[in-house]
Amino acid sequence: MLTFIVRRLLQTVVVLFGVTVLVFSLIHITPGDPAQIIAGEGVPKETVERIREKLGLNEPVHVQYFTYLSNVLQGDLGDSIRSNRPVIEEIKARFWTTVELATYSVILAVFLGLIAGIISAIRKYSWIDVGLMLIALFGVSMPNFWLGLMLIKYFAVEFQIFAPSGWGTLAQNVLPVITLGTGGAAIIARMTRSSMLEVINQDYIRTARAKGLKERVVIFKHALKNALIPVVTVAGLEFGGFLGGAVLTETVFAVNGMGRLMVNAINSRDFPVIQGTVLVMATLFVLVNLLVDISYKYLNKRIDVN
Amino acid sequence: MTEILLEVKDLRTSFFTDEGEVKAVNGVSFFVPAGKTLGIVGESGSGKSITALSILRLIQTPGKIIGGEILFEGQDLLKMNKNEIREIRGNKISMIFQEPMTSLNPVYTIGDQIGEVFRAHKRISKEEAKRRAIKMLQEVGIPSPERRVDQYPHELSGGMRQRVMIAIALACSPKLLIADEPTTALDVTIQAQILELIKDLQRKRDMSVIMISHDLGVIAETCDYVAVMYCGKVVEFSDVKTLFKAPKHPYTIGLLNSLPRHDIDMDELSAIPGSVPNPFEMPKGCAFAPRCPHAKEICHEKMPSLISINEYNQVRCLMHSEEWQSQNKGVPT
Repeated sequence: MLTFIVRRLLQTVVVLFGVTVLVFSLIHITPGDPAQIIAGEGVPKETVERIREKLGLNEPVHVQYFTYLSNVLQGDLGDSIRSNRPVIEEIKARFWTTVELATYSVILAVFLGLIAGIISAIRKYSWIDVGLMLIALFGVSMPNFWLGLMLIKYFAVEFQIFAPSGWGTLAQNVLPVITLGTGGAAIIARMTRSSMLEVINQDYIRTARAKGLKERVVIFKHALKNALIPVVTVAGLEFGGFLGGAVLTETVFAVNGMGRLMVNAINSRDFPVIQGTVLVMATLFVLVNLLVDISYKYLNKRIDVN
Repeated sequence: MTEILLEVKDLRTSFFTDEGEVKAVNGVSFFVPAGKTLGIVGESGSGKSITALSILRLIQTPGKIIGGEILFEGQDLLKMNKNEIREIRGNKISMIFQEPMTSLNPVYTIGDQIGEVFRAHKRISKEEAKRRAIKMLQEVGIPSPERRVDQYPHELSGGMRQRVMIAIALACSPKLLIADEPTTALDVTIQAQILELIKDLQRKRDMSVIMISHDLGVIAETCDYVAVMYCGKVVEFSDVKTLFKAPKHPYTIGLLNSLPRHDIDMDELSAIPGSVPNPFEMPKGCAFAPRCPHAKEICHEKMPSLISINEYNQVRCLMHSEEWQSQNKGVPT
């Protein structure tokens, strides 16, 4: 197990290097002259030249990359063009907000999804099963910004139970987490159900029953551990997705997180911020995947994750 | 008269599918004497496995046991509630299955899977359960049991996994072991070892065994009594010697004739003409009549009941009824 973790960590480092190459290339593969794009329209040529110098765009590409990489490794992600503050500061201010939102949401998603999926599988084709899966289908198909707006309309404005925006207090956190989490719960519920159904038909479940074990033990000890394996992947991907893509939820609820930061940066062509946020999100995603792989290995000793 | 451990009376188990009802077990009756081995032989689809699963009430939807009695130690297993039947499973009656490769849970250790049978039926600690698991592994002939007990199923070969299954089945010293084609999925040399092991353990523990197989060789080797099944019914019940020396039902005769012989030259293999009827379109009357060389009109009209020739020999064939015998002066062979 330990060799496995060390090996995966080394692989992660390699992947992260690849990420830095891609992120670095963002400026260069975007059509147009980066300095011009940053400078904007109708700006004197000298300003554009100055910007080009400042960003080191006159150096050969590989020199630019190594400069970029060494800066990143020292924690310097450049300065925001819009605010002139260091990118790392902009991200730091919003990092934990996004991580908290993503974490609470995935916990809710896994909790609701597992329960719904297991009940549906055990009571296959019953009214409970049909009902839960209909709700799940609705949850998967419904745009989550619509859900967010509906939740605000009823629970924040009309009944005034929760806050309509912001992040930090319980009243503020509940609605965004429900918005983000329920979509995720729907996916996990469907995944859990189909995984459980497949597992319940396996020979080793018949063996477990033939031993005289209680049905509870058959389902929760023997079936569930096997059924969880694909569910863990989905939950991991969802968590990674929430970290990077909670943009809609953050926007609807005016949550000051990294998603909103990135979207605003894209709108204003704030390249250093774009690069910085993409790098951070990609790193988080890669690390989440590493955790998923390690828990795989724990759940099923047989899988060779390589 | 020997003591009877298990008696199955007119067992009926059907599967209710979208295309109709499949009467997988359609009135099966037999008994298992204490300390003896009963073989159940028949083709795929004859209902042998479903019969076995019905004894332990392991039938899942869309299947359902719809009738009959299964008497074990004076109680009808079919009338027991969920807790009572769970007490029987793995404890008084155990079962091993055909596919050792998939019958063990891949995410738990061998020791855990054997130990949990002990803990389900007896109040013992985890450590004690592990100790007993190691002892069972030894008893079924697995070398280095202290090491194997912490291994996972994928680290063992098919033969070893089947031994583990036997260890699990015998952990609580059941009175009856049901072995559903235990060697079909194994190499021939391993087959012999496993059958020897079962025989050995049966003797040591004075257990009864139901040995299910489509292989007449296995039946001949291991069984004291045999029930031959066809289309969900027992068509012949006999002690093993009589079955092979003087089979009575035309199906049994056909099965034995179709065995390749090593001692004489054969130009062709003999086969039973025709094929097993479609379960959704069972013929009226005797299910074997369409393929039977001796069938008369009445055979297509009336399903014969089991005719007793003596205490241990029964046959479901009108040829052995009194009317036929008096009309036809004896039984053709």
